[in-house]
Amino acid sequence: MPILVIAEHDNAGLKAATLNTVTAASKLGADIDVLVAGSACGGAAAAAAKLAGVSKVKLADAAAYAEAGAENLAALLVDVIKSGGYSHVLAPASSFGKNVLPRVAALLDVAQISDIVSIESADTFVRPIYAGNALATVKSADAIKIITVRMTAFDAAAESGAATVEAIAAGADLGQSKLVGRELTKSARPELGAAKVIVSGGRGMGSGDNYRTVLEPLADKLGAAMGASRAAVDAGFVPNDYQVGQTGKIVAPQLYLAVGISGAIQHLAGMKDSKVIVAINKDPEAPIFQVADYGLVADLFEAVPQLVGAL
Amino acid sequence: MKILVPIKRVVDYNVKIRVKADQSGVELANIKMAMNPFDEIAVEEAVRLKEAGTATEVVAFSAGVAQCQETLRTAMAIGADRGILAETDVDLQPLAVAKLLKAVVDKEQPRLVILGKQAIDDDSNQTGQMLAALLGWPQATFASKVEVSGDSVRVTREIDGGLETLALPLPAVITTDLRLNEPRYATLPNIMKAKKKPLETLKPADLGVDVTPRLTTLKVVEPAKRSAGVLVADVAQLVEKLKNEAKVI
Repeated sequence: MPILVIAEHDNAGLKAATLNTVTAASKLGADIDVLVAGSACGGAAAAAAKLAGVSKVKLADAAAYAEAGAENLAALLVDVIKSGGYSHVLAPASSFGKNVLPRVAALLDVAQISDIVSIESADTFVRPIYAGNALATVKSADAIKIITVRMTAFDAAAESGAATVEAIAAGADLGQSKLVGRELTKSARPELGAAKVIVSGGRGMGSGDNYRTVLEPLADKLGAAMGASRAAVDAGFVPNDYQVGQTGKIVAPQLYLAVGISGAIQHLAGMKDSKVIVAINKDPEAPIFQVADYGLVADLFEAVPQLVGAL
Repeated sequence: MKILVPIKRVVDYNVKIRVKADQSGVELANIKMAMNPFDEIAVEEAVRLKEAGTATEVVAFSAGVAQCQETLRTAMAIGADRGILAETDVDLQPLAVAKLLKAVVDKEQPRLVILGKQAIDDDSNQTGQMLAALLGWPQATFASKVEVSGDSVRVTREIDGGLETLALPLPAVITTDLRLNEPRYATLPNIMKAKKKPLETLKPADLGVDVTPRLTTLKVVEPAKRSAGVLVADVAQLVEKLKNEAKVI
C-alpha cells in the first residue's frame, strides 16, 4: 500500500523538513505520494515532484489551506488517506506537523508515533523519550501508521525525480480558527534546523545587546545560524524561535558552538547529536563540558572576539 | 465559564532518569514524581482567568494510578476548584487519554480546555490536538498568550518561524508553551485548603472508554554516549583543533 508524506511549505517552495521526511518514507519501500495543501501553492508542488522517490504529488489548492490551519487540513487529510488507501502517513516533527497530525490520528482512531529517529520495519519505529535520555522501540497495532519524523535523523531527499502532479478537490472551509497575524523572524541566515554551523548563546550573554554584538560577528564569519538556550529566550535576549532544546528546535549541525550556555538536560536534548560541539563558558563545572568535544574555560566576552579575529 | 485542565503525573524534571537493565522501560521505583511542567502552566493560566472574572470554575482532571490524586491536590493548591481522577494501572497513551477527556467534557461541558503541549516523559505532543479532533473543536497549540473576550479567544502561538495569533470561537482546546506564564508556588494555607476540595475518582469503564494501548514498547535503551572531549588552553588551540582535527572550519 502506498505511503503519504505531508509537505510542509510556504506555498512558493518546500520547507527543508519535507525533504528529510521523504527520505524517511523511502525506507518503508512502497510508492510515495506527497500531499501539498495550500493556496497558490503550485511552486511547492513542482518542488515536491522533483524529489527522489516520489511517485505522485497530490495538490489541494484552496484559500481554506492558505494558512495551514489544523482543522481544515486535518479534515482534508482524513479524506485523502481514506480514499488513497495509505498504510503510512508521515509529516515532519516541526511545529506544523506536531500541530496537525495528532488531529488526523484521532479522527482515524489510530495512535500516532511521534518524532521517530529510525524505522525498524513497517510497524516498528524508534523514538526518543525523556528528552532523548532513552530511546524506545515501539510497535504499532493500527492499520494506518501516523508518524512524525525527526528531521535530523534522516538525510534530505535528492532532487532527481519527475513525479506527476495531480490536482485534487478541496474540502469545505470549516471556519473554525482564523489567522489574525504572524510575526516571523526575518533573517538572511540559514534555517536553524538545516544549518551546518550553529552559534548559540545562553544566559551568560547577559543581555540581548550583548548577544547581538558578541555573537553576530562570529555567526557572520562562519555562515552560521543563530540559536539560544531557554534561559536566553525567557530573559528576552532573542525571540522564541531561536530556542534549541527538548521542546524547542532539535538540531544536529556539523558544528555547534555553545557560548555562555550551562547545558541543562533540556538544552542538551536539542543539540547532542551535533557532529562537533564546542563550549565556551567561564564555569569549569558547567554540564555543557560533558558533551563538548572541545571546551574552553574562559570569559566569553574576551574569547569570542579573539575567535572572530582568528578565523 | 468552566475550564477543564487535564494534568499528568510525570518524573520530576530535575531527575536524571535511568533505563532499566532488562530494557523494559525507565526506572520509576523511588523516583520523585511531579506535575508535568507544561500542565502546571495550564493550571496557572486557568486560575488567572478565574481570578480575572473570566472563568467561574476550574476543574482539574488526571488519569492514571491512584497517586495521581497527589498531583490533583497540587493543582487544587494552585487554585483549581475540584478534581476528577480516572484511575487505572493500564499504561495510558495519548489517544486513550483524549477519549477519557472527551467523555469528561461531554459530562462537564467546559467552554475551554487548557493543557500542556507535551508531557516531559513520553514527549508525544498529541493529547490536546486529539481531544480537539474528537470534540470537533478548534485548537490553538503552543500558546504563549491567551486573551478570552466574550465567545472567542485570541491565542498567540510559538511556531518554528516566530509567532502566530489565531482567533477561535469557543468552545476550544488550547495547549500551553513555556512562556505563557510563570506558575505560582502553592502556599501552605492553600495546600491545606486543597486537601478539603472535592476529588471524584472513577474508572475508565465508568466513562465508557476502552484504554487498551495501541503501541507496544518492545525495548527501551540508553542512547549512545558522546565520548568525553578535551579542554583547550586558549582560542588559538581551539581554532587549530577545529581546522586540523575536527576539520569543520
